[in-house]
Amino acid sequence: MPDGAQPVLDVRGLKTVFRTRGGDIHAVNTVSFHLRPGELLGVVGESGSGKSVTMMSLLGLLPSPPADVRGGQVWLGGQDILTIGVDALREVRGAKVGFVFQDPMTSLNPVFTIGHQIAEPLIRHMGMTKAQASVRAAELLELVGIPDAKKRLRAYPHQFSGGMRQRVMIAIALSCDPDVLIADEPTTALDVTIQAQIIELIKDLRQKLGMAIIWITHDLGVIAGIADRVMVMYGGQVVEQAPVRELFANPQHPYTRALLKTIPKLGGARAARLQVIEGQPPIIMAEPEACQFRARCVHAHARCEAENPQRRAIDGAAVGQGHDVACHWTAGAGDA
Amino acid sequence: MLDARATPTPLVQVRDLKMHFPIYSGIFRRHTGDVKAVDGVSFDIMPGETLGLVGESGCGKSTVGRTLLRLYDPTAGSVTIDGTDIATLSPEALRLKRPTMQMVFQDPQASLNPRMTLAEIIGEPLREHTTGDAATQLERVYELMNAVGLNRRFARRFPHEFSGGQRQRIGIARALALNPKFIVCDEPIAALDVSIQAQVVNLLEDLQDNLGLTYLFISHDLSMVRHIADRVAVMYLGLIVELSPRDALYANPLHPYAKALLSAVPEADPAREATRRRIILKGDVPSPANPPKGCTFCTRCPQVFDRCRTERPALIEAEPGRKVACHLFTTPTAGSTGSVEVTEPNQQGVSK
Amino acid sequence: MGNTAHPPPKSLTIRAEAPPRMLTFVIRRLLFAIPTLLLISLVIFLIVDLAPGSPMSQIPLTIPPDVRVKMLDAMGANDPLFVRYFLWLKQFFIIEPAYMIDSWFGTDLAQGAPRILSWKSRSPVFDVIGQRLPQTMTVIGTAYLLAIVIAVPIGVYSAYRQYSWFDQVGTFVALVGYSVPTFFTGLLVIVIFSINLQWFPSVYDTTLDVTDWASFWKQVRQMVMPVAVLALFNAAEISRFTRASMLENLGQDYVRTARAKGMSERVVVLKHVLRNSLIPVVTVIALGIPTIFGGAIITETVFSINGIGAYVIDSIKSSDLPALQTLTFIFAVLIVVFNLIADVLYGILDPRIRYD
Repeated sequence: MPDGAQPVLDVRGLKTVFRTRGGDIHAVNTVSFHLRPGELLGVVGESGSGKSVTMMSLLGLLPSPPADVRGGQVWLGGQDILTIGVDALREVRGAKVGFVFQDPMTSLNPVFTIGHQIAEPLIRHMGMTKAQASVRAAELLELVGIPDAKKRLRAYPHQFSGGMRQRVMIAIALSCDPDVLIADEPTTALDVTIQAQIIELIKDLRQKLGMAIIWITHDLGVIAGIADRVMVMYGGQVVEQAPVRELFANPQHPYTRALLKTIPKLGGARAARLQVIEGQPPIIMAEPEACQFRARCVHAHARCEAENPQRRAIDGAAVGQGHDVACHWTAGAGDA
Repeated sequence: MLDARATPTPLVQVRDLKMHFPIYSGIFRRHTGDVKAVDGVSFDIMPGETLGLVGESGCGKSTVGRTLLRLYDPTAGSVTIDGTDIATLSPEALRLKRPTMQMVFQDPQASLNPRMTLAEIIGEPLREHTTGDAATQLERVYELMNAVGLNRRFARRFPHEFSGGQRQRIGIARALALNPKFIVCDEPIAALDVSIQAQVVNLLEDLQDNLGLTYLFISHDLSMVRHIADRVAVMYLGLIVELSPRDALYANPLHPYAKALLSAVPEADPAREATRRRIILKGDVPSPANPPKGCTFCTRCPQVFDRCRTERPALIEAEPGRKVACHLFTTPTAGSTGSVEVTEPNQQGVSK
Repeated sequence: MGNTAHPPPKSLTIRAEAPPRMLTFVIRRLLFAIPTLLLISLVIFLIVDLAPGSPMSQIPLTIPPDVRVKMLDAMGANDPLFVRYFLWLKQFFIIEPAYMIDSWFGTDLAQGAPRILSWKSRSPVFDVIGQRLPQTMTVIGTAYLLAIVIAVPIGVYSAYRQYSWFDQVGTFVALVGYSVPTFFTGLLVIVIFSINLQWFPSVYDTTLDVTDWASFWKQVRQMVMPVAVLALFNAAEISRFTRASMLENLGQDYVRTARAKGMSERVVVLKHVLRNSLIPVVTVIALGIPTIFGGAIITETVFSINGIGAYVIDSIKSSDLPALQTLTFIFAVLIVVFNLIADVLYGILDPRIRYD
């Protein structure tokens, strides 16, 4: 991937809060990251880690109330899209940034045809006529591997299987040739052989179209096979960020290390007993002033209680460029 | 390994089990077809063993689990658990048999009554099936909560106050209440976060060691099944296509579907992922209402040949202890049973 | 590796389209409707017949008993129950439709066969219904249409701005409209607008012929109050239903998809969400149409409108069994028919529904 190129997306200090009756939930806390052209950034975390909320916040896709994007900047195409207003933001969504969501069974509107749903953004953003959009929609269906595309345009979502619907979602997301594709757990709801199909499709489309991709998942296996760079999130914060091979070979954060140990392997030696991360992920009711992982961390010490660790580079590069981690403990220096 | 011992009697014996759900259509609602969710499966589970049952959604693996416990009335076949044929028991005899066999469900949220406290949920089977007084039962509830790692202070709380992993512990405690011998675990970790899955799996393993339980572990997570199961059955479209000891299956799957399934599982290792040869199956699983003639996998199989489209392969022993339903492993002509020519497929079925 | 773009095989066919199944469904339902309606007709006939009261109760006491018996015989009221039932069935299903066709096309299918006659007026029940139906349709039909036109936009906006002041007020008005019975609101508006303010006439003039602007204005003025009362009642129900349906759909994943495509809020709400939300609303509206004929009994009585509802009340008062049986059965037929229409509409509007 082209290093040093101007990032297509640059997020700085993003904060998102959900207002609930029980108080504010700080779902995203000062998250910063960037995305280089043509790069695939994997975002890993458990439910509640803030990985989806972060990406939804970027383009104002969270229902507000209760969601409230409180701070930060999101630079895309030379403007901070958090400040441009809802109407201008709508020109960005679907045009410069495409979305694929988790559940293909519910993400398409059941009462409109596939063709109509693919044509909508083409008409809206590309200024196409209905006829032009229909021709382009058929091309897009072919592109995502749905044969007999012209006929399929008239079909309704329920006539497609889950894997096919996810292909349709990808066609919609890519319809306006976006700079960035955000895929939120795009294969989690699919069977493993269908997941393999979709991953191959995305790899192929990346080569053909060259868009940058943010791939959100909880599955480290999927990330290992597809990402260039990985960002691990926990408790609404980025806890570790590194190129994919570096992260898997040399994980620094105790959470990343535990996560890699806790998943059983398909090949190699079979562990007699699975490593366990004790306890539960946190719900953050106040702006964090301590490490969010400390309660479950085997390396926790007094400083983790007193101070929320900031991301620090461990390989000399700037934070966000190489390998960085948000932890007070240093691997290899203490009780490893 | 269990099969090394002198042939113990299986705790669970399933023979040619079929579960068809009828389809009615037309003006007079005639019986016009069946969804063949399970279409003739046979297997044994030894005492203390864990049999993994894997496959993709719609392959019938959950239906097998439910039919085993007579949550559905099977269309055909027998299910012998601990010496009794469950498939034909009268309702009352079945009720008396229920304590031996229990189930842990996928969705701990939906399978726990939200208006009952933990003590009521876990104690319910005790009230139904035992005669002890309230104090004895409560003592047993505490004992169970302790066994699954729930603090007894929680006994008066309601399910919604707990996280997914803790709720699954409640479900497990309820299943254990009557000292079952056999537990069907139907996707017990599918709804849980990665960091919680290991907690529940370790608990299930500890309970098996301590109580001598026998599990049917139904899951789509092949890595987890490799961890927990002794033998693994791979299902496709209502049939078992391969039934092998765990290590043999994962080292060298015989059935083309098992190969494809294992190769599709992503591994948390970028170096291996970059070099792995992945078999990408084409298309989707056919409808179980209208399965292909011949081998059910013939529409997607990379190694398909003519015979597969006309004749359904039987599940036969291809190697010692390994059963496969595939024409690659049967003799070309219908020979006598037992004489099996093992054709080790040399091509990996990778297209292009 | 390198195996790219994997087209699924042709075996993955698109499922059969809805229409043939829909036809099967309609035929099936119609076949089921026949025994259902026969049973209903028998039950109605028996219940009405067993009810106390005699068609002679309204006849002066001065008429001697033997004359009364003769009168009853002449009406056929003393025939055995089942003779009357089967005669009535034949009249309802064969003779009356025959007369109807005759009157439309000038044919002579009925050939003077005896029609269902009112015991009270001795005139054919269907003729009376024919005279009174326009009154009911004008008032109640207008009210129902008005209710739909008002309620759907209110429901949509209430849902879109859930818990806003608009929604709160809407909830309150709907609660009032739905829970206060029409005879109460009816009398209330009469007291306020007819008696105190004298804006509108308190009695509905059925004989009014609309011939010019003046009579049209008069007709509008006398319709205002009954239409308003009924519309409020119906609108309350429909708007609540629309709101609930909209809320359910606003939370769906496809709404997020539409927003992620950059669609404007107008398109997201008024196209994607509304189209889905209207499916159950349309069926509820269809199911409510029979009540235009039946549910207006009270309103018609309160405002003295000489419609079908008033006819029902008249027939009950005078123990006019043939009229009552026929009217009740027509309601039953309408309910069965509109249930079927509602189901068919659902199938047309929702591509997921396949009747099999």
